[in-house]
Amino acid sequence: MNGSAIVASGLRKAYKDKIVLDGIDLDVQTGTIFALLGPNGAGKTTTVNVLTTLLAPDAGKVVVAGHDVATETKAVRAAIGVTGQFASVDDLLTGEENLLMMADLLHLPKAEGKRIADRLLDRFDLVEAASKPAASYSGGMRRKLDLAMTLVGDPQIIFLDEPTTGLDPRSRRTMWEIIRELVADGTTIFLTTQYLEEADELANRIAVLDQGRLVAEGTADELKRRVPGSHVRLRFTDRHELDVAARVLHESTRDDEELTLRVPGDGGVRSLRELLDRLDAQSIEVEELSVHTPDLDDVFLALTGHGNKEISAR
Amino acid sequence: MNAIAASLADSATMMRRNFRHTMRNPLTLLNAIIMPIFVMFLMVYVLGGAFSVGTDYVDYATPGMIIMTIGYGIGPTATGVNSDMTTGFINRLRVMDVSRAAVLNAHVIATMLRTLVAIAFIIGVAFLMGFSPSASFPEWLGAIGIVVLTVLAISWLTIAAGLAAKSPESAGILGVPLMLLPFLSSAFVPADKMGPGARQFAEYQPFTPIIETLRGFLTGTPSTGTALTAAAWCVGLALIGYLWARATFTKRA
Ligand SMILES: Nc1ncnc2c1ncn2[C@@H]1O[C@H](COP(=O)(O)OP(=O)(O)O)[C@@H](O)[C@H]1O
Ligand SMILES: [Mg+2]
Repeated sequence: MNGSAIVASGLRKAYKDKIVLDGIDLDVQTGTIFALLGPNGAGKTTTVNVLTTLLAPDAGKVVVAGHDVATETKAVRAAIGVTGQFASVDDLLTGEENLLMMADLLHLPKAEGKRIADRLLDRFDLVEAASKPAASYSGGMRRKLDLAMTLVGDPQIIFLDEPTTGLDPRSRRTMWEIIRELVADGTTIFLTTQYLEEADELANRIAVLDQGRLVAEGTADELKRRVPGSHVRLRFTDRHELDVAARVLHESTRDDEELTLRVPGDGGVRSLRELLDRLDAQSIEVEELSVHTPDLDDVFLALTGHGNKEISAR
Repeated sequence: MNAIAASLADSATMMRRNFRHTMRNPLTLLNAIIMPIFVMFLMVYVLGGAFSVGTDYVDYATPGMIIMTIGYGIGPTATGVNSDMTTGFINRLRVMDVSRAAVLNAHVIATMLRTLVAIAFIIGVAFLMGFSPSASFPEWLGAIGIVVLTVLAISWLTIAAGLAAKSPESAGILGVPLMLLPFLSSAFVPADKMGPGARQFAEYQPFTPIIETLRGFLTGTPSTGTALTAAAWCVGLALIGYLWARATFTKRA
């Protein structure tokens, strides 16, 4: 399975004079997990709404599952499933009734709807709770039911807006497993999150959204490398080797006690090879080498200048 | 499945959902029935004696009570519609291509049924309290007609306002003006017995012609002019509510 499941270019959206999306470009490959990472108020939900036909952008073009969102809305809707930021289950209905309602709205034959509902209840470990009203469910169960409702229609592309916000660590792990199983079946997942760990854990590609702009895009590793602070640490056997190396690698900083040199770099393979070549040319013996890349928290701080905290209340 | 069949099937699904809501939360229905009866007792047995209206007070007050009952039945609709909107339930339906008409019509029908049940109760209680209408059969049809039209108009307005409201809590108080407006109409006191400001207001607000029309039908003295004014108000308000609801449903994500 190849090609793009979602392509967006030049998305803009403003409410009055508040710019919420300021020229967003996205390309999500079929069968992958794409994470849109950003703090509260960054514009994640707005992006999801635009990509899922719920909101018309002021400018820009979106193609989802090969169909233009603006002109082929029906075809797009037939291909996608959306689980919004707030679990949109019907509290007064039971878990099973919620699923059957989805099947009815998809105009599935009764027997098939029942079969799908049973399978989903089983898969999401909701069999026992199936005949209890959703109001009695825990946060994790509601989220699972919410996602199960989205899956009744067997969508090719699934949008998950902050699927684990507010969940306890265990429910979060369960949700991650479910999401991984979905891509394993060939589904494309577009998820938003405020958690760097989550994006790192799940996504093939990550885009970092900050105040309506994409400030970075790439794999988790690519993002980590883009940030100043990546460096190679070299440890030497004795003081002499350290002196020689420090003279050759004049951009480095030395630590005499530890017998180490810290060489700034982008953490990439090429710069590492160059570094090793320079050391080889002078026949310098290195006892130990380690590459230090910042984690995604550092990435966010470096890219946006304000860390991954809430920058604006809704 | 063609569009009309799909829309009908979706309407039925949404109706089933609304019906279940009422059954699982019977307090909403009970409230819609009991509160107006309580007010009716208050008006007729406690306050009614103070007004001289030229007829039995229960005969005078019943049309107003019927209309006022609508205000007690719409609260759950406003909060229900609003929480559908704010929790993303309506977005889910929109992404599933469920027709807008199906969602909105199901709410209108559920609201009308709940309100009409409550109105049936209040009429029953009125009879127990000595209500003696002198309407002929066609006049009864007219009375039912104006009641249904009013319920329709208020249902659409409620749904529109519920869709537009910021939170279920603010949607929940939407019914309050509707419970109070009848007091500032000719529902319980003839307009000409009111103070100057209130009298003007009572003369021009829609509930006065609606209640007068209903009273005219029930006492067998209908006035075509008032009835047309009332019907025009209802149709106008229903239309505004309908268009407003449609627009909000489509626009708000
Ligand atoms: N309907 C709206 N009217 C005005 N401002 C809005 C509206 N919806 C969202 N916003 C604003 O747009 C910004 C981005 O919102 P949102 O997309 O919900 O962010 P996120 O999902 O990343 O938290 C926020 O500052 C929010 O206040
Ligand atoms: Mg959001």
